Amino acid sequence: MNIDSIKNGVVIDHIMAGKGMQLYDLLNLDSLDASVAIIKNVQSKRLGKKDIIKIDADINLDTDVIGYVDPEATVNVIKNGELVEKKSINLPKTLTNVIKCRNPRCITSTEQELDQVFNLVDEKNKIYRCIYCETQA
Amino acid sequence: MRSLIDVTELSTSELELLVKTALDIIDNPEKYAEMCHGKKLATLFFEPSTRTRLSFEAAMYELGGNVLSVTDAAASSASKGESVADTAKVVSCYADIIAMRHPKEGAAFVAAKNADVPVINAGDGGHCHPTQTLADLLTIYRNKGRFDSLTVGLCGDLKFGRTVHSLINALSRYANMKFVLISPEELKLPRYVKTQSIKQKGIPYEQTTSLEEALPNLDVLYMTRVQRERFFNEEDYLRLKDSYILTPDKMKLAKPDLCVMHPLPRVNEISVAVDKDPRAKYFEQVSNGKYMRMALILMLLGVIGE
Ligand SMILES: [Zn+2]
Repeated sequence: MNIDSIKNGVVIDHIMAGKGMQLYDLLNLDSLDASVAIIKNVQSKRLGKKDIIKIDADINLDTDVIGYVDPEATVNVIKNGELVEKKSINLPKTLTNVIKCRNPRCITSTEQELDQVFNLVDEKNKIYRCIYCETQA
Repeated sequence: MRSLIDVTELSTSELELLVKTALDIIDNPEKYAEMCHGKKLATLFFEPSTRTRLSFEAAMYELGGNVLSVTDAAASSASKGESVADTAKVVSCYADIIAMRHPKEGAAFVAAKNADVPVINAGDGGHCHPTQTLADLLTIYRNKGRFDSLTVGLCGDLKFGRTVHSLINALSRYANMKFVLISPEELKLPRYVKTQSIKQKGIPYEQTTSLEEALPNLDVLYMTRVQRERFFNEEDYLRLKDSYILTPDKMKLAKPDLCVMHPLPRVNEISVAVDKDPRAKYFEQVSNGKYMRMALILMLLGVIGE
C-alpha cells in the first residue's frame, strides 16, 4: 500500500494526536479486509501534531463514531485518485453500540441484547451518559 | 401512555397536582374508594422490598382496584432467561399498570419502553426510587405548607443515599431553598449531584460534619443510615456513627416546628426516644408514600390530570 496515494478509499485527517488508535478500534477497522495505515504524530500547521488514518477501501464509515472521538477530524472520500467528498463531522447527539456502559450494576451488563445507547448531555464538556443508568461514559 | 422512572420527569405543576390529589385523598378517602374499580396493578418485584410492595398494593386496594403480586419475579422469569423487556410485554397483557422493582439500574426504563401499560419504577438498584421521593415531598408539604423558602438539612450517608440525591434534585426547582449537608468526610455528597442541581441553580448550601451545629437553623431534617460497610475500617465507623445519631438531647437544639424525616428502615440513627417528639414525622412519611402512590396511579391511568 502506498500510503501517499490512495486510489479508492477514505482518509481521516486532522485527528487529534494520540486519538488515531482509539478511532481505529471503535471503527472496527481491525476486522476490515483492506490495507489500513495509522500515521501518528504527523506535523500539522493547524494542530501542531495530528494523526491520520488512511483506508484503502471504499467503505461507508460511521461518522458518529468519528465525531465522538474527535469532532474536529476531517473525512475525505477518494475515488480514482481524486478527492470527491469532504464529510462533515459533528459531535453526535446519540451513540448507539459504539461504547459500552462501564457500570457493573447497569441493566446492560446482564441483558446483552440491549443496545448500548448514550446521549450527549453536555455539549460543552462532551459528556455522554448511558440512557439506562445515567453513568457517564 | 406514560411511565415514571425518575421523579424529575414530573413537572412542578404535575407534582403539585399529585400533592393536591394526595391531600384530597387524605380528607375524602371515600371519594376515591372506587376510582380504580376493575383496574389491575401488577407489582413485579425482582428483589424483595416488602414495605414498598405493600405500599403499592395498599394504594391500589384503597382505590378499589385489584393487585397481581409477583414477589419473586427473578425466580419465575429471569432464571428461565427471560429478558426484562419480554417480561414487561407479557405482564402488560394482564395488568393496567405495573410497579417494578429490580436490582439493576435502568431496568424500569427498559420495562417502560417495552410495556403497553404505564410502568412505575419502584426502585432500580442504586439509581432511582421516585415514589420514595414523592413520599418525602408530601411529608414536607403537609408539615411546612410549601416547598420554597426552606432550610433543609440532610444528614448521614450523602454519598450513596439515592433518596438524598433525588430529594435534592426535586427541591432544587423551588425558590429560596437552602441545603445543609451534614455528613462525615467519607460520605459527602458527590460532586456531580452538587453541580447538577445545587450549584447550577445557585442555591446556597453549607457542608458540615456537625449535626449539633446545623440543627438550630433547620426547617426540615432528613436523616439516613450510616452503614458500617461504607467505611474502610471499623474504628472510623465507631468513631463517627454516634455523631450522626439523633437523640432527645440534640432535639433540644432544634426549632419547635422542625420536621424530622427518614426513609426507613432505621437502624439506630434516630433513637427510639425521639419517636414521641411531635416533630418526628418518619412514620407519617410511610402513610404519605401510600397516598402519593395512589395519586400517581390515578395520574398514570389518566383518571386525574391532562
Ligand atoms: Zn448504563
